[in-house]
Amino acid sequence: MHNLLRAGIGLALLSLAAAPATGASRFVQDPYPSTYQPRGSAPVLIHNATVLTGTGERLDDADVLLRDGKVVQVGHALQAGDDVRRVDARGRWVTPGLIDVHSHLGVYPSPGVGAHSDGNEMTAPVTANVWAEHSVWPQDPGFAEALAGGVTSMQVLPGSANLVGGRGVVLKNVPTTTYQAMKFPGAPWGMKMACGENPKRVYGGKGTAPATRMGNVAGYRAAFIDASEYIARNTSTPPKRKRWFGSDKEDSAGDSGGKRDLKLDTLAGAIQGDIRVHIHCYRADEMATMLDLAHEFGFKVAAFHHGVEAYKLADRLAAEGVCGALWADWWGFKMEAFDGIQENIALVDRPANSCAIVHSDSPEGIQRLNQEAAKAIAAARRANLPAIAPERAITWMTANAARALGIEQQTGTLEAGKNADVVVWNGNPFSSYALADQVFIDGYPYFDRTTAAGKPVSDFRLGQEVH
Amino acid sequence: MARDPVPSKRSRFWPGVAAMTALACIAMPASAQDLLIRNATVHTASARGSLENADVLVRGGLIQAVGAALPVPAGVPVVEAGGRPLTPALFGGITEIGIEEVSGEQSTVDSTLQIGQQPLRPEFDVTLAYNPASVLVPVARVEGIGFTALGAHTGGGFVAGQGGVVRLDGSADPIGPRALYLRLGSAAAELTGQSRAAQWMLLQQMVDEARGRVGVDSPHALLTPAGRRTLAGYLAGKGRIIVEVDRASDIRQLLRWAAREKVKIAIAGGAEAWQLAAELARADVPVFVDSLANLPTTFDQIGATLENAARLHAAGVNVSFAQSGDASHNARKVRQLAGNAVAHGLPWADGLAGLTRVPAQAMGVGDRIGSIEPGKLADLVLWEGDPLDVAHYAEQVWLGGRSLPMRSRQTELRDRYLAPADDQPRAYSR
Repeated sequence: MHNLLRAGIGLALLSLAAAPATGASRFVQDPYPSTYQPRGSAPVLIHNATVLTGTGERLDDADVLLRDGKVVQVGHALQAGDDVRRVDARGRWVTPGLIDVHSHLGVYPSPGVGAHSDGNEMTAPVTANVWAEHSVWPQDPGFAEALAGGVTSMQVLPGSANLVGGRGVVLKNVPTTTYQAMKFPGAPWGMKMACGENPKRVYGGKGTAPATRMGNVAGYRAAFIDASEYIARNTSTPPKRKRWFGSDKEDSAGDSGGKRDLKLDTLAGAIQGDIRVHIHCYRADEMATMLDLAHEFGFKVAAFHHGVEAYKLADRLAAEGVCGALWADWWGFKMEAFDGIQENIALVDRPANSCAIVHSDSPEGIQRLNQEAAKAIAAARRANLPAIAPERAITWMTANAARALGIEQQTGTLEAGKNADVVVWNGNPFSSYALADQVFIDGYPYFDRTTAAGKPVSDFRLGQEVH
Repeated sequence: MARDPVPSKRSRFWPGVAAMTALACIAMPASAQDLLIRNATVHTASARGSLENADVLVRGGLIQAVGAALPVPAGVPVVEAGGRPLTPALFGGITEIGIEEVSGEQSTVDSTLQIGQQPLRPEFDVTLAYNPASVLVPVARVEGIGFTALGAHTGGGFVAGQGGVVRLDGSADPIGPRALYLRLGSAAAELTGQSRAAQWMLLQQMVDEARGRVGVDSPHALLTPAGRRTLAGYLAGKGRIIVEVDRASDIRQLLRWAAREKVKIAIAGGAEAWQLAAELARADVPVFVDSLANLPTTFDQIGATLENAARLHAAGVNVSFAQSGDASHNARKVRQLAGNAVAHGLPWADGLAGLTRVPAQAMGVGDRIGSIEPGKLADLVLWEGDPLDVAHYAEQVWLGGRSLPMRSRQTELRDRYLAPADDQPRAYSR
């Protein structure tokens, strides 16, 4: 606090206006706070459904009661007042709203014209100072299509060109004019990092560092050394323990003292655990290196994203409590994706305390995360792995995803008190033929396949078919 | 050649067997290309439709009979299908299987011509680069894919070059006629002077050259002599011109051009093709649809909809499938395209036809593959469940009646890491 005051009057005013969350460190104050408001809605009783709760349970012929934007009760033959809207779900399945931990909707929106290319700040290898939310275009038509696929929340991340790409933001998938009105209240930011080919190709190709994988790691380490010094200079309490890289000298970025540095704010927030670290990383050996890096600087990895070789170190990921956010079948489009297998998700899911996640990284894939999971279930069956039940597989895109994003107290399961983020499917969701019939976010029916006006339409789409 | 399923070629290696084949079919001894698949739900992708509790008899790599309770010739092995679905081996889409290994590594990619001086080279033929030993071949095959249309990609010019059909049985050569690939619309504007209007200008000039209306020594010639000969062949109806195009207005121009020049075309992508469904049906133009494309990814795809395939089919257009993503490594995803088209209104049988009969006919190989009918090559897949649903998988693939190992580099990796860790490093297991 002392240093903060020294930083000057402008900054002090800014920090007052920002209304930081209770107890949040100065590194994660939010001057762009969420303005999301749940929409009032009548209570809803979804009845006689096959319910996958997201807690690993399946209830047949069960009911789900939503009231005041929350899940009130899940069970059999629930009683509800006359005020409830009843949704007959006989033959249909009900799941928590799906969560995609890896999306570029809004930052790489449709149409993908040059003016919309806002996902990768490819101007320096460490751009922890940029926030993906400042690139989000809420009119991306992809949001509505993802909603039709049952996606109620997502993390929008910067791209993977940089060693540290910036902050990701967790959004509720609601149609709005501003991204702040989508911003998931209370969700921590993510910090995007990238291993391997992309950073070294982008910067090596310009003749600047990093040009190699060893250059990548040197780049991460330099950034975290600066951030560690920054923490030491900007907190009243010293870091937990003295590390070999600590010194009293000027840090290499010249950002010492009270001067606020947006880049180091993000890295410091990551070290302190207030910002979740999400790492784009394909190869098993590189994931192991990143785990060592995390230990070296005292941060925790929330999830490895893409991880096509995660199956090679599934036990270690589970032991370290690191999620694997994975595709069902992408492989081979570059060298570090050459060892992809279709059983990757199932094998990452197999150890005790595992955290397998189905992610998209694609405006098409986000529309059918359920089908990606279906592929993984089938691949496991083909490989004679123990059968993966639907109640298990649904956790890959609900509870586990919520856990990786730090929103598991609010959403990701159908439990009393959780946000009423709910999908009613036309049948078993793990199929090519599965369609979301209705999607609720905080109890409000944002999508209804059965009515013509049941789907939001982006401003961009208006008038395009008038001839 | 040992993998070649065609009996006449096999005869060079087994003259005794060939002689007996010629003498009498009834007494034909069982070979590796003989089998009877019993009690399957046979989706013939032909006029016979789907047959329950049916048998398929394969002799010498060809389908000999399809029907109920077929007698088992002596020595012919029997596969009990137990009612499971049997389909023709599937079409993998328009891909670069065998002409690229790792998309991001230029040294492994042969699908694109980059010649600065004279970039319009219709004579460029990617089938000459096809590598049947590519790891992509078994990766696709174990998923029930038996053939693919090799596609040339636009590099320096909007005329990408030629491709053709390869069967994924390890054979080295394409079958059937070549196809010529073009790209029209905004995606090709950079290659055509930054205007789609120039695409018609350049195309017309190439046609004029191929038809001999421009002297070979003209300083403005776009084509080489070989390019003229190649294009002249397509203008004479020898092979189909496959045009990657999305916007309805471009498709309208294309239909006019094709009618005027009397060329056989097909459309790939066709995001807005549904808006011209009746015209496409009238002109008998098949469309290879990306049935997952519903976003206005470009301004050429404003009208993209998940109902594209269903609407085209309802108007009488022959619909097949092609992906816009990583079509080669993930060729297996083509099943998901078909299944989702069905979820959005395409009849199931037409979803299957779009992965079998329709592309085989569109590519000029429908007389050999694409349906389960006597005389066709026995390119077959027995499924564990619905072949259009990603929740199910291929159990066994036969190409030319030969049972293919259900193994690939991916299953080898899987099995290595599935095994419990033991004293030896995994690198010693294989």
